Amino acid sequence: MATQKTAKKKPVKQAKSKSPKNDTKKTMATVFIMGKSHEVPADATIMGAIEYAGYQIIRGAGCREGFCGACATVYRMPGDYKIYTGLACTTLVEDGMWLSQLPAIPAQKPVYDIDKLDPNVATFQKIYPEVFRCVSCNSCTKACPQDLEVMDYINAAMRGDIEAVMDLSFDCLSCGLCAIRCPSEIVQYNVGLLGRRLYGKYLSKESKQLKKRIKEVKERKFDKEYKEFKTMKKEELKKNYYDRDTE
Amino acid sequence: MYPEYMRPSLEKVAQTRNKRFELEKSGKPVFPPMNAEEREEVLNKFHPDYKPAARRKIRIGPNKDEHITTEVADMLESHSRIKPEFFDLTKPDYETDILIIGGGGAGCAAAILAMQKGAKSIISTKLRLGDANSMMSQGGMQAAVTAQDSPTRHYLDAMGGGHFDNKPDLVRALTEDGPEVVKWLEDLGVVWDKLEDGSLQVLHGGGTSRKRMHSCRDYTGAIIMRTLMDKVRNHPDKITCLEFMPIVELLLDSKGQCAGGVLYNLETEEYFTVKAKATIIATGGYGRLHIRGFDTTNHYGATGDGLVMAYRAGAKLLYMDSVQYHPTGSVFPEQIAGFLITEKIRGAGGQPLNKHGELFVFPREPRDVESSAFIRECLEKNNGIETPSGRLGVWLDSPLIEMIQGEGYINKQFPAMHRQFIRYGIDITKESMLVYPSLHYQNGGIEINDKCETNIPGLYVAGEATGGAHGRNRLMGNSVLDYNVFGRRAGIFASDYIKSVKISALTLNHITDYDDELKKAKIKTDLITPVLLPSYTPEDVRKRQLTACYEGTLR
Repeated sequence: MATQKTAKKKPVKQAKSKSPKNDTKKTMATVFIMGKSHEVPADATIMGAIEYAGYQIIRGAGCREGFCGACATVYRMPGDYKIYTGLACTTLVEDGMWLSQLPAIPAQKPVYDIDKLDPNVATFQKIYPEVFRCVSCNSCTKACPQDLEVMDYINAAMRGDIEAVMDLSFDCLSCGLCAIRCPSEIVQYNVGLLGRRLYGKYLSKESKQLKKRIKEVKERKFDKEYKEFKTMKKEELKKNYYDRDTE
Repeated sequence: MYPEYMRPSLEKVAQTRNKRFELEKSGKPVFPPMNAEEREEVLNKFHPDYKPAARRKIRIGPNKDEHITTEVADMLESHSRIKPEFFDLTKPDYETDILIIGGGGAGCAAAILAMQKGAKSIISTKLRLGDANSMMSQGGMQAAVTAQDSPTRHYLDAMGGGHFDNKPDLVRALTEDGPEVVKWLEDLGVVWDKLEDGSLQVLHGGGTSRKRMHSCRDYTGAIIMRTLMDKVRNHPDKITCLEFMPIVELLLDSKGQCAGGVLYNLETEEYFTVKAKATIIATGGYGRLHIRGFDTTNHYGATGDGLVMAYRAGAKLLYMDSVQYHPTGSVFPEQIAGFLITEKIRGAGGQPLNKHGELFVFPREPRDVESSAFIRECLEKNNGIETPSGRLGVWLDSPLIEMIQGEGYINKQFPAMHRQFIRYGIDITKESMLVYPSLHYQNGGIEINDKCETNIPGLYVAGEATGGAHGRNRLMGNSVLDYNVFGRRAGIFASDYIKSVKISALTLNHITDYDDELKKAKIKTDLITPVLLPSYTPEDVRKRQLTACYEGTLR
C-alpha cells in the first residue's frame, strides 16, 4: 500500500574512515547558523556545530539522540533551490550549509477525551477536519526526517484505517517538519498520535492473561510470598536468588 | 561505514556466528552466568564506582559525612541561584493544589492521577513537556504478566540485581503494580507489541529469570511518553504546563512543610513563586553531569536539579554512591558516541564479543556486572577494538538476531537502532555494532516510602529522582515501570494529603541556612545550582566570554 516515494532525499554523507591515533588536523567546514558564518568540524552534526560555535542551546535540544523531535532544522545548500529538513542531532553539516533551527512549531492540539471517542473515520472528521483538505502533494513525506510515509497515514486517516495510521506513524517524533511544509495546514503528527491512541485503546486485541494477573493481584494472591521474602534474612534471599531457574 | 582496519575483526565475528547460533539454539546459556563471588570480583576491580576517586565525603546537609559520588558531592556543596531576601513570599505569583516539578513520565503520570482525584496541578518543566529520559527508553518495561512469571519472582530478580540493598516495600510496590500499569497504559492508548492472539510479546532483559520485557518496537518510551503528554494536554482545566520554566528552589512553610517552589523563566530570566499544598519532585536523573568523564545516554536536561533542591530543603538521599553505566553505549561512529543501544538487542539474542569474535560474558548479566565485564575485556585483557578517535569497544552482534528470530525482525522490532546506524553506512542486520558502557542512570536518589513521601511533609518524589527501589543497580525495564508506578502513587497520595493540610507562612530560610552551613564547613565554591543545562562550549570560545558580571543568566 505504500506509494513510491517521489521525494529526492539528500544522500547521507559517510563518516570518513581513519586509522586509530592517526587523527591529523581536523577538516573544517563553513556553515551559516541563522545567517552567521562559522568554521566547524566537517564531521559534526548540526547540533554539535551549533555548540562548537559557542551557542548555549535552550530551545532546540532535547534527547539529542533522535527520539524527542526538539531539534527540527531547515537548511539550504549553495546553488540549490531546495529547502531541506533534518534533525540537528542526527544530520551532519556540509560545507556551505545555511541552517536555522525551529524553536517551536505552531500547532493546535484539540482537546478530547479518548474514552468518549469511537475508532472510526468520523472521529478524524470531528477532531481534525483539515485532514480532508489533503491535496496529496507528498510534501510531508519529503520533509520527514524519519523517512515515514506521512502522506500515506494521512490518507489512511481519511479512510478510517486506524491500524495503518498507527503502523505508519509509529516511529513519529512529533518534530513538526511535516506540519510546517503542509500546504493544507494539517498537523500530521497529532493525527498520527490520535490514530495510535485509538488503536491501542480500542483495536488492539485484549490479553486474557493480563486480565487474569490483575485479578490475582487484586485478590492479594502474592501477599504471603511477599511477606516471606520481606522477613527472610539476606543470606537466605540470596540463596533463593542464585538457585532460581531461568526461562 | 567501519574503517578498513576493523575488517579482520569483523570477519572473525562473522566466522564464529554459525557456531554461536548453534549454541543459542541449544537452549543452554551461551556463556556461563557468574556466581556471587565472580560478580563481586569483577565489580570491585572494574566498575567505575569502585575507583578511589569515584566517591568522597559530603561535608554538609542531611547526608553529612557519607561517602557519595564525587560529582554529586560537588554539586550539592554549592550556592543557590537566588537570594531569599529578594522575594516577597506573602504574594505568591501562582497558587495550586500540587506543584509537579518535571514534565517527564513520572510528572505526567502524577498529574493525570491527581487530576482524576480532583486536584489541580502545575507541571513546571525546564525544557518542553516530555523532554526527559522517559522519552528515550527503547527496550521496554518489565511487568510480571505471563503464567510462568509472578510479581514475587520479579521482586526476587530486582532484589538480586540491586545486590539486596533495595527497600523491600518499594520493590513490592514496583513489582505488584506492574500488571496494572500495563493495562492502564493500554487503556490510555499505548500500543504494546503483541502476538496474534492478543497476548503481550515478552523478552528477557539482563538479570531477569522470566521473559517480562514489554515493548513498543524500540520506541517504547516515545510511545508511552507521547500518550501521557496527550492525556495531560487534554485536561487544561486541571493541569497547567509551564515549559522552559524550571523550579530552582523549594518553598517551605513555617511548620517545615513543603509548600511549592521558585520558578525561573529560562528565556526572560524572571523568577516567580508558586504556592502549593503539596509538591512532587519528578526531575529525573543526572547523566549530563558526565560522572567520571563518561558519555551519557541521557537527555539534555538530566542535571540532577531535584536532588540539590530537595537536599537544601533537608530531604535525605539514599544510595547516592551508586551510578549506573549501561553496558551498550555506542562508540562508533564518533557522532553517536554514548548513545543508547537498547538492551532489547541482547534480549532478542544479540551477543557481546571481543575482537576475536569470541563470547566473554553471559549476554544478560545485571547491568553493572555486564558493564564491568566489558571494561575488563577492553582494559585488562586487551581484547577491545579501538576506534579512530581512540575509544575502546566490544562488538554487539546484531546480525545473529536475524538468524535467531527470522529475517526482517530487526527492521520490525528495532527501527530506531537501524536508523541510527544506517545514517552512517552501517547496516546492523549485516554488521555488528561497537559498544562500551555509557553513563545511564542514577541508581540512588531522594529517599521515599511506598507512598512516595519523603522526610519533609508535603514533599513527594517519583521516578529516577528517588532512591531505594533499585538498590545499587537497577535492572533493565524497571525504570519505565518505576516512573509509572511511583508517578501514579505520588499523584494519588499527594491528592489525599492536600485535603487536610494547612499551609502557613512561606519561607526560604533553608536557603540562607544552607549557605551558612557551607561557610561553617569552610567550603569555597563558585558553583551555582541547580545546574539546569550542561555547557558544551569549547574552551577557546569560553576564554573569549569575558563579560565581568552576569545577573541571572545561565553562564
